[in-house]
Amino acid sequence: MEDKTIKAVPAIELKGISKSFGPVQANKNISISVAPGTIHGIIGENGAGKSTLMSILYGFYKADKGEIWIKGKKTEIPDSQAAIAAGIGMVFQHFKLVQNFTVLENIILGAEDGGLLQPSLAKARKTLAELAAEYELNVNPDAVIEEIGVGQQQRVEILKALYRQAEILILDEPTGVLTPAEADQLFRILHRLKDEGKTIILITHKLREIMEATDTVSVMRRGEMTATVKTSETSPEHLAELMVGRKVLLRVDKVPARPGKPILEIENLRVVDEKGVERVKGIDLTVRAGEILGIAGVAGNGQSELLEVLGGMRPGSGAIRLNGRALPLSGPGSDARARRAAHVAHVPEDRQREGLIMEFHAWENVAFGYHHDPAYQSGIFMNNAALRADTDRKIEKFDVRPADGWLAAKNFSGGNQQKIVVAREIERNPDLLLVGQPTRGVDIGAIEFIHKQIVALRDQGKAVLLVSVELEEIFGLADRIAVMFDGHIMGERLPHETDEKELGLLMAGVSGEAA
Amino acid sequence: MDFLTIIQVLDSTVRLATPLLLACLAGLFSERAGIFDIGLEGKMLMSAFFSAAVAAVTGSVWLGLLAGIAASLVLAGLHGLASITFRGNQLISGVAINFLAAGMTVLIAQDWFQQGGRTPSLIGGGRFGPIEWPLAESLREFPLIGPVYSELLSGHSILVYVAFLAVPATWWVLFRTRFGLRLRAVGENPAAVDTAGVSVVGLRYAAVAICGVLCGIAGAYLATALQAGFVKDMTAGRGFIALAALIFAKWRPWHAMGACLLFGLLQAIALRFQNIDLGGVVIPVQVMDALPYVLTVVILAGFVGKAIPPRAGGEPYVKER
Repeated sequence: MEDKTIKAVPAIELKGISKSFGPVQANKNISISVAPGTIHGIIGENGAGKSTLMSILYGFYKADKGEIWIKGKKTEIPDSQAAIAAGIGMVFQHFKLVQNFTVLENIILGAEDGGLLQPSLAKARKTLAELAAEYELNVNPDAVIEEIGVGQQQRVEILKALYRQAEILILDEPTGVLTPAEADQLFRILHRLKDEGKTIILITHKLREIMEATDTVSVMRRGEMTATVKTSETSPEHLAELMVGRKVLLRVDKVPARPGKPILEIENLRVVDEKGVERVKGIDLTVRAGEILGIAGVAGNGQSELLEVLGGMRPGSGAIRLNGRALPLSGPGSDARARRAAHVAHVPEDRQREGLIMEFHAWENVAFGYHHDPAYQSGIFMNNAALRADTDRKIEKFDVRPADGWLAAKNFSGGNQQKIVVAREIERNPDLLLVGQPTRGVDIGAIEFIHKQIVALRDQGKAVLLVSVELEEIFGLADRIAVMFDGHIMGERLPHETDEKELGLLMAGVSGEAA
Repeated sequence: MDFLTIIQVLDSTVRLATPLLLACLAGLFSERAGIFDIGLEGKMLMSAFFSAAVAAVTGSVWLGLLAGIAASLVLAGLHGLASITFRGNQLISGVAINFLAAGMTVLIAQDWFQQGGRTPSLIGGGRFGPIEWPLAESLREFPLIGPVYSELLSGHSILVYVAFLAVPATWWVLFRTRFGLRLRAVGENPAAVDTAGVSVVGLRYAAVAICGVLCGIAGAYLATALQAGFVKDMTAGRGFIALAALIFAKWRPWHAMGACLLFGLLQAIALRFQNIDLGGVVIPVQVMDALPYVLTVVILAGFVGKAIPPRAGGEPYVKER
């Protein structure tokens, strides 16, 4: 690192950290140095070892080798208690909050002032008010966690760290669950914290966040630290190359769509979930041949239910037509098998729960949903040889690595798992492809590949309905964008006629006219 | 039914609810910390035997009580070891403890006392005697208040009062102390406790130990206060009824007391009114004996509504990234 102004001892210095889990080396001889009062980004693909490194810093794991120096002092961090004592606070990707406790109770948990609760709560209430004023971190101290939004919950996590007088704040993929507006607000808070002298480590896989928020950035690839650079002296393309190890195309390469006749028509579709809550509140949509309709929205606004009802995984009411023919929304003929028979393919949002059986071989997973196919039958038995041959073809075509059909699904990386699911669905040559979060937890290289396949299907004149919480993905892939909020379609836009700001407002429920 | 009969049934309710209440609170501590415990029955049984045996041998009920608590604690430690340290299945560990206790108690009793798997009957200082409240005798004839005071409130063994005082104590510990906050948190989301720098393992062992102590008191009460000595399988499913009461109470101390009193009342009625004659049709005693258990099922199936157990209950805690 060529820092000209070495003004102070580094807030954190890691020297030669190594950590293995069995045969997998998650961190190889990693050294970084973070100057106090800066925002330092750590970027890398899934499985690059970012989270492992931060877990070591927070005392979750013990490094096999290496030293941790905090403010110029060699520090042992055997557990979270030691990390807290050393002034380190961590905001995990999956929040560590007690759902049925109040904000205040969550904040004092583990940092109480004595055996009795009331004095601790009273003191925390006062401190919280001061912190809220200082950093614009407003939350109702008496609200119960499960009743507040994720953005608020994240603030509670930050407040927890500040309440423990953290000087160093680590945030792991903090924007995954936030709307663009909430994310912007978060970054304002982070800058505020930085101005007050706090040191922030931001772990993300989003290049844009690194470019916008950080002062310096370290890139990790396959357990190694490949580079540490000043953010102002780099570019997204350069960072992506460092992450993947080769040149990557960040934007999806596609020709303009030539939409044809309507393939899927949705009229007044409503979905009520198991708890009796209406999740989809009467929506109308049309997806045409040769176009990708992207559904944008913050997670939990009915997109999942929309996909599931179209895929035959849950009942709904209203009407849907495929190629002009009505499909039942409940009762016989509305299940996933009937949908597949009607040439609707579905790449579900949660591939580990709905797309794959993690314990089963790849070749078994390649058949699921299509195991009735006569090509896979041999009398009353499955023709496993044919199935395996088919799997090998798909593995080759979709570049699944390792190219071994006998491997259990759980032993593939996220990107390769997704390739197995996408291969299974796209290779059926469906009229309509439903895709949910196609690249969630997928590395950049595989994202590029999966996006290409989806666009190729579109170019064959098929219809694609894409649901994604990643606006970047929506902008990159979709030919038309519909925004969902609270079970309603807030509006439809063409990608070149709108921007993230407008979509962000729609995603937050501000209607087009008011915006 | 006259007033005195009602008072007597209620008095009997209090006595019969006591072991249920102690076991229920024991389960409450354990399950609030995320450790399911179907071994309440086994712990009570083990304690019942050792308290009776030691009281019989030494003639001191207090030594008996300590022995009972110690025996129950050993089993609690076993459960902790299996489910916390080795992250085993909590239900299987609980079942094992129940079997272990059912077999061991009779085996040791036979080997020790040669009385067919019982302990000798406890007499004098070997039993917890009733504690008469001041003026209980002179107030007895006073209408209404008299019987309530001297029959219902006064004249129970010390362990009955301990059980009922344990209710507000439990509430206070759970909701007013740091320990209680952490205990509840570890049953809901142990990761939150762990990242806050507090030991999940330590908290869970503490909860399991408290559970052991309370089960120990419950067992000792059965053998040295409610009855005078240990007999085979004397807990008679009380540990399971306590679990039912715990679910009925949705893991809340005051509600647990209500639920245990209700189950105690059912048992008291069954004891008091055997062979009820309903216009020529005699309801056999077996039906009355089975009634509390049948009603347990009915109440649990129909009247509890949605009981949400502590979210991390039954799950061993494994650190994850």
